[in-house]
Formats: sequence, C-alpha cells, structure tokens
Amino acid sequence: MTRFVLHRIGQSLLLLLLVSMIGFALLHLAPGGPLAQFALTPGMSQEAMQRIAHQMGLDQPLPAQYWQWLRRLLVGDWGRSYRDSQPVLWVIGSHLGATLELMASSTLLAMILGTGVGVLGAIRRYSLADYAAMVGAMVALSIPTFWFGLVMIYVFSVRLAWLPAGNIATAGDGSLLDYARHLIQPCVVLALVTVATWSRYMRASMLEVINQDYVRTARAKGLRQLQVLVHHSLRNALLPMITVAGVQLPILLSGALVTETVFTWPGMGRLFLDSLGYRDYPVVMGLLIFSAILVLAGNLIADLLYVVADPRIRLT
Amino acid sequence: MPLSETGDLLRVEGLTVRFGAVPAIEDVSFALRPGETLAIVGESSSGKSVTALALMRLLDPRACSVSGRALLRGPDGRETDLLALPERAMADLRGRALGMIFQEPMTSLNPVHTVGRQISESLIRHERLSPRAAAARAVDLLAEVGIPEPARRASAFPHQLSGGMRQRATIAIALACRPRILIADEPTTALDVTIQAQILDLLHRLQQETGMAVVFITHNLGVVAEIADRVVVMYAGQVVEDAPVAALLEHPAMPYTAGLMRSVPRLDAALHTGRRLLAIPGNVPDPRQRPAGCTFHPRCGHARPDPCLRARPALEWAAPDHRVRCARWQEIAA
Amino acid sequence: MSGTVADIPAASFPPARSTRAATRFLRHRLAVAGVVVVVLLIAACAIGPMLSPYGPLTIDLRRRFQAPLAGPHWLGSDQLGRDLLVRLLMAGRISLTVGFVAMGISTAVGVLVGLLAGFYRGWIGTALMRLVDAVLCFPSIFLLLTLAALVSPSLATITLIIALTAWMEVARVVQGQVIALRERDFAVAAEAIGASDGYIMLRELLPNIMAPIIVAATLNVARAILAESYISYLGYGIQPPTASWGNMLNNAQEYLESAPWLALLPGAVITLAVTSFNFIGDGLRDALDPRGDRSA
Repeated sequence: MTRFVLHRIGQSLLLLLLVSMIGFALLHLAPGGPLAQFALTPGMSQEAMQRIAHQMGLDQPLPAQYWQWLRRLLVGDWGRSYRDSQPVLWVIGSHLGATLELMASSTLLAMILGTGVGVLGAIRRYSLADYAAMVGAMVALSIPTFWFGLVMIYVFSVRLAWLPAGNIATAGDGSLLDYARHLIQPCVVLALVTVATWSRYMRASMLEVINQDYVRTARAKGLRQLQVLVHHSLRNALLPMITVAGVQLPILLSGALVTETVFTWPGMGRLFLDSLGYRDYPVVMGLLIFSAILVLAGNLIADLLYVVADPRIRLT
Repeated sequence: MPLSETGDLLRVEGLTVRFGAVPAIEDVSFALRPGETLAIVGESSSGKSVTALALMRLLDPRACSVSGRALLRGPDGRETDLLALPERAMADLRGRALGMIFQEPMTSLNPVHTVGRQISESLIRHERLSPRAAAARAVDLLAEVGIPEPARRASAFPHQLSGGMRQRATIAIALACRPRILIADEPTTALDVTIQAQILDLLHRLQQETGMAVVFITHNLGVVAEIADRVVVMYAGQVVEDAPVAALLEHPAMPYTAGLMRSVPRLDAALHTGRRLLAIPGNVPDPRQRPAGCTFHPRCGHARPDPCLRARPALEWAAPDHRVRCARWQEIAA
Repeated sequence: MSGTVADIPAASFPPARSTRAATRFLRHRLAVAGVVVVVLLIAACAIGPMLSPYGPLTIDLRRRFQAPLAGPHWLGSDQLGRDLLVRLLMAGRISLTVGFVAMGISTAVGVLVGLLAGFYRGWIGTALMRLVDAVLCFPSIFLLLTLAALVSPSLATITLIIALTAWMEVARVVQGQVIALRERDFAVAAEAIGASDGYIMLRELLPNIMAPIIVAATLNVARAILAESYISYLGYGIQPPTASWGNMLNNAQEYLESAPWLALLPGAVITLAVTSFNFIGDGLRDALDPRGDRSA
C-alpha cells in the first residue's frame, strides 16, 4: 500500500510539472506574450517596452524563463492582478469560498439523488423506471448547463417569483434563509450533469455487486432485504464511486464556471470570466493553473481515500 | 403422509424450476431425516445447485418459476411449506433453521467487512444479541470451526485468510444460529485435497455435536462414501436414483450411477489393475434440448431403441428404500 | 456468480430475456430517432433559409419581439426584429459544421496519439499518455476560454480550439485497444514478416479498432456542439452578427421577462441536437460492442 501511495504521489507531481509547462506555453502563446497588457497602454515607447521585458526576464532563453516562473509559482508568487494590483493567489482565494460552497452543496445533492436513482435502476433493471432514468440521464447530459439555468430562472424567478435570479445574498439581509434561497437554483443547475453521470456509474457498479456470491451469502444468513442492500450491496458498490467523484472534478469546475456566470455567483468561475473580459492575464493564467491543480489534488485525494476505504488495498 | 408419521425432517415433492420455458430441474423429490446426511450427486449442470438454491429460496423470482412443495417440520412438529412462505417469513428461517455454505470461499465472503462482523450479523438478526455479545459469540464460533487465534481472526478481513480458513469462516456463519439443516453446496470442491479432508472432518464433527441434518451437494462419489447416509443421484435436472449409501455403492441400479462410480479416482485400483479412469463419454445435455426418452440414453452403454428412446422412464421402487429411473434396470441387474 | 455458475442455468438463460430484448430494441429505437432528428436538422438548416422570405440579418424594427405563432414570424422575432426561425437554421449551419469538423480533427489527433502511444510503448508511449493526463487536468471550459481569448475568434479558430480540447479521450480509448490488440497474433505475425510500423498501425491495428473510434467520434460531435454553445454563450466563440446556437443565447438572459422564447428556443434546439448525437453514440456502442450491456 505504501508503494502504491508513493507511486501515486510521484505521478501527481510529474503531472503537476506537465501542467505547469502547458500553462507556461499558453502564457507565451498569447499574442504579444506576457507583454500584451503594456502594448495596449497608450504612450508606451519601444524602449520602455524593452526595459520592462528585461525586468521581467523576457530576454532570457525560454528554459531559464520557465525555471524562474516555476520557482515563483511554487513559492506562491503568482504575480499581481492588472485590475487591482492584488496578488493573484489572494484574488483567487477571495473567490474560492463561494465556488466551494456551490460545488460542495451540488455534489452532495447529486450524490444523494444519483445514488438513489442508480440503485433503483440496478435492482429494478429494465423496468420502466430504470428505462426512464437512463433516458433522463442521457438528456441531462445533453442539456447546456447555462440554458438549464436560464430555464430555471424563467420558471422560478420570472414566472413564479419564488427564488432570486442571481447573486449569493440580498444586500443587507444576511440571514441563512436568504443565503439558502440564493443557493437553491445554482446548486440544482450544477448538480444536473453530476446526477446523470453519478446515477449511470452507480447503476453499473451496483449491477456488478448484486450478483456477487457474498450478497447471496448475506441473503442465506436471513438478513432483511434492506440490510442486504445497504450493508452488502450499496456499501461495496459505493467504493469505486470514490474514484468517479475524483474524475468528475474537472466537469464540475467547468459547470461551476458557467453556473456562476448565469447566476452572478461571486466565485472563481465568475472571476475567470471577468478577468478574461479585462484581459487580466495573470489572474486568468493563475485560475487556469489553479483549477488544474485542484483537479490533480482532487484525484489524488480520491485515490488515497479509496485506499483507506477498501480493506483489500489498505491491508496489503 | 404427514412428516410426523414418516419421521422426516424435510420432504421435497415435485420440485420444478423453470427459467422461462426451460426446465432446470423437474419433479425432484427426496426426504431428509433428522441428523441424517443426504448427498445429492451429479455432474455439473445436473441441477444440484438449483435444487439447493430453490430450497433456500435464493433464486431470483423474476428470473424463474418454482413449483412443488418443500415441507419442513418445525421443532413444535408443525409443517411449513418453504416454497409457499412469504419472503419475510422465509428470511426468518434462513440462517436460523436452514444454514447454507457455498462452493467458493474466495467470493462468498464480503471483502469489506471483517469476518467477525459477518458472523455477528446472523446472531444479531435471529437471536437478538447485542452487537457486543454477538461479537463474543463470533469468536467462540471461529474457535469451534477450528480457526486458531479466533479473537484475532474475527477482526481480520476475508482476503487476509487462506481458502481453507475462509471456508471454515463461512461454516461458522452458516452454523451461527444452530440450524437444523445445513445445505452444503460443493463446500470442498475449490479447496486443496488436504484441506478438503479437514473440512469434511469438521462438518462431520459439528454434525455429531449439534445433531443437525446435512444436505451435501457434490460431484465426487468418493466424498459421498465417506460422509453420506443416503444418496440422491441427479442427472439432467431429474432424480435418477435414490438409495441408502451402502446399497447404492454396492448395487447401483442406474447405469449413470455406475458410470459415476467408475470415474472416481481410486489410487489402489489404478495401481493394481492399471485400469484407466473411465469418465462417462459425452456431456450433460443442454437443458434447452434434452433428448427425448431417457435423458441419459445418448451416453448410456445399455441404451436400446425400445424402451430407452421411446419414453422417459418413471422413478420406480427397486427396493423398499431404493428408487431408480431406468426402464431397463431389472434387465441390467440380471 | 463464480463457482456454482456451471450448475445454474440462470447464467445461460439471462433473466427476462424478452424484456431485455425489448429494451434493447427501444434503446436502438432512440438511436434511430436520433438519426432521423439529425438528418431532419441538417436538411432544414441546409434548405430552410432559402425558402424563407426573411434573411437572417434582415432587421425590422417595427416587428421587434414578436412572440412565436403570433404574427408573420413563425417562431417569433428578436430584439432587432430578425426572424428567429431563419436565424436558428442559419445558426444550425454554423454549429453543426463546428461540431462535425471539430469531431473530425479531434478524432484524427486522438487516433494518431493513441496509435503512437499504444504502438511505441516505451518512453514515447508513456510521455504521450502523461501529456493526455496533463491536458485532462484542465477543466475544459477554462481551457477553451483561455485559448479563445488568446486568438482572434473566427469559425476556423473556434473549431480548432474545440478540437484541441477534445482529442484526449479518443487517444485513451485507442491506446488501450492497441495495447490489447498488439498482444494478438496477427499484429505479431505482420511484424514477423517484416511489415513497417506504419503499415501495421494503419492496416493491421486501425481497422480492428474502428468500432470504439466510431462511438467516440459520434459522442465527440455532441460534445463539440455543446462546447461551441458554451463559449459562444459566454461571448468568446462565434461572433455576431454570424449566428450560432450558442451566441443566440448570449443576450437572451436580458429578455427573459419580455421575450423568453429568445432563450428557450435555441437552447431547446441545442439539447435536441446533442441528445440525438448522444443517443446515436449509445446505440452504436450497443450495436458494435458484442459484450453488450455497459450502461455507464
């Protein structure tokens, strides 16, 4: 197990290096490279540009530049936002909370719903409900997230006027209820894709498990159907879902970006789009790399959790 | 006749299981006395396991239809038809009155729960023990089935045990609530020969101690000679011979039984006579296309167009305690 | 079901065979319906605009915000009085083109990378697959938007960007299949008689892994249409006045109260198209995969 964990961590570090290279390459691919911002400043002379380029080390060979950039990246010096001159990591940090709240709540919702639908589909395989769930999941995977958000707003905010159409809270309110009312729509919208994927994997995982010999042993013991289902089928079927949760992360982050845009939710995704609008490249690049690191870390954590959760791996 | 008069603990009558239109077993009947060991013998896909699973009601009711009766005499003398019980009542009997162990010790234990917990579950469910008391009982049971260091093994996960140990653990699970009948479905087939012998000894000892009856399913007549009181031979989903073990081994009436006996590896015979092991030629027929007439006729050396191909023979009494399904058993015996 | 499997006819007679066949048929019927929808959409987008009296850019300020079925514009008109139906069909031309072309490029790249990675299993293969892993770490919308912001948006660049963020899964599928196939006799035999690497890859390996590639390619069309809609909706994709299904929704949120159809209709068309491609992909997987039921 120790070997597996070390191997997995080493693999993640290698990926991190590759991710940073891709990030660096993108930075230099930008028209005008990292200097693009200054080129737009009126009255900037050619010499001034060169001076700045020298200050930024842009006249050095690319590997040297990469090495310096990577060192700064590792010590947390991700540059400053063009917009308000705040450190990039600080800017990201101040938007991280809202995104994590949204992602966590919608993941929770998706897991509960998806597990239920998947389990029902597996134990009532090829029933009408199972069939409807499979078709429903396919449609859910095909709906553009932002459009689903618009439809929700149209129904629940415009027509019914039950829920606020955007933002994280009403100014001057600050109650938990107000926050919850703001959270409901983005949470449901973001959960849509996750529910669909989760229920499909859950159904497949459950189908693997319910025909196992040990489930029959459990029934032969005279355990009640619900006991067999929860302790001997669901428990085992949920194990591989840890990995699925990890794999879902990039999709979840993409979904969060779109959802936050539709509902003006002040998170990372919204920040990304705003920064893109202002050509605030340090923040854009920072967010891009940060999101990749989140994905990497999430997958690593999922794999390590799997090791802890599955005695077959933990104890070998 | 009521069980109280015949003295039977369990009597199976006309048990038939169909998967769709395909009959897996047809009109299976046999009786089991208290404390007796009944062996059900046959090649793969002769219907042995389906019979056992049907008795335990572990077949998926949406995949098959089960008919017939399986009468169980309760401690109070009352008869219950296992096949007619509602699922909840049947679940009360499973693990309490009827224990079952399976062929594959590697896969019949849940890999994510400790062995101790998998034993305790039964005790908590049927004997209403507290989790703590059940855990203590589980350790005792592990000791009883001959597992060394039972307290430590109770907190082990299945993959940490050897195959033999795991099979002992499944036996502990099946016997946790002292069932009156243990159904053992090829419990030694997946094990090494030395371990096989140990497990058979263990089952024998436990039977002596608890007085339970055992339905022992196997394809190995060598094992049958060691443990059985009575033998039911199955072929192509039907009972083809049913007799006390001595009578069956000495005077098999059905050519299939005789064939099975010739295919048992016997060290002495092989050494002394140089005789080769004689497997029965051919295979058990596909349940979808069972031959007309006697289902065994394509593989039978005694088969004649008439009567063997003409009609399926009935199960006849060859002796007061001996049933056989062969139209020519008298001629062959003569 | 191991162990006693030989004794249990359930294994040879799958439960409820008829219902299973029925649902399979039904699922395939959805795939067939998907094909019909896609064909109709393509035909409508190709021919429809020519039959309409309105041009996609014909502005009519007297008839702004006409609701569907409430005037001369069948599906209503937008904030500039442009005919929504014609715009939807013209947008469909763009979006479907992006979808198919991006699929073609991404599949080609994915097949190439996968073939190379599976065939040269030493450090080349490892490096390629690690690259795939690394690119997959970036959430696709973040990557798409960054790339889109770096280039000047045009039909070609947007298509290329979408393709560049969608080849990885194909590469993984192909690599896995090639590794499995290479162990089999015919590739070894071809190698033994001295066939070149390129010959083995293209003539021996590729034809044998077409099935999963076709499935992945079909699903990639769905994915590319969705990707286009996302970045165009967010303003970094196809630029107005050229209409695409995504950018028609760009300003629609403002008019949710006054003209909800501007938001509802294009999204519904996107969903219809994407669902169709997904069902076709699903049906193809069922049809082409002899192992059958893999619903996840």
